[in-house]
Amino acid sequence: MPPLPESVPFTWYLILSAVLFSLGVAGFLFRRNVITVFMSIELMLNAVNLSFVAFSYKFKQPDGHIFSFFVMVVAAAEAAVGLAIILTVFKNRRTLEIDEVSSLKN
Amino acid sequence: MEHVILFLVFAAIAVICAVNLVLQTHPISSALSLVGVMGALALIYLQLGGEFIASAQLIVYAGAIMVLFIFVIMLLNAGTEHKMPRTLWVKYGGLPLLALFIGVAAWVIQRMFPPAPSGLFGNMTHGTPQDIGRLLFQTYLLPFEVTSILILIAILGAVVLARKEIQ
Repeated sequence: MPPLPESVPFTWYLILSAVLFSLGVAGFLFRRNVITVFMSIELMLNAVNLSFVAFSYKFKQPDGHIFSFFVMVVAAAEAAVGLAIILTVFKNRRTLEIDEVSSLKN
Repeated sequence: MEHVILFLVFAAIAVICAVNLVLQTHPISSALSLVGVMGALALIYLQLGGEFIASAQLIVYAGAIMVLFIFVIMLLNAGTEHKMPRTLWVKYGGLPLLALFIGVAAWVIQRMFPPAPSGLFGNMTHGTPQDIGRLLFQTYLLPFEVTSILILIAILGAVVLARKEIQ
């Protein structure tokens, strides 16, 4: 095993971000509960935020923090509207499985 | 040295919680794993000098948004999801393909950026609330005001969608 570097290489942050984003995509595609699918989207947004903050660190500019702040704001709005949609779907269909809500298919 | 160990610990927590989020079948377990991911990411932001963004991550994401999720899970009494039959190549090809994709992404990232040392606590001091506030209310004032309108529309949309139908 190679010795650990003195400080964290910049690429490690991006790789961690890529791993988290891929896991979010996997959850989005594999899970059938609509709430878990929604949480996978939040995981993807978090992974992107990590890239923003890492680049902000690399270039010594706080602009990336502003962008991830805006991502958080939009995620909050999206969560409110999305969960309201889930509530409405559940009221009308009595189910949370995404495969059973397919009236827009074909 | 200790910076690297701290980063590896937080990164391991984040990845394990994310894997748990994908593997759990009950939404409450997934929600708790997501809180774990967000907490670990907040600590990594702190390492990257984002004091404001770390606290915003904890308050807005791990606090407000996850409470909203857990409210809805409890309200709908969401249970374990049913096992569905999957096609064969999804069952056996999905995980190797995902690992391959992550490997290719990591290789591209390593190729694109030469390994420059970074990631020390206290190396960047431009992420304090003072700096963020100055930037937010001067350079990014218009986007900030537009997001306030966006949130207003989101509130209206949520209320309209979730209201009771009046006959």
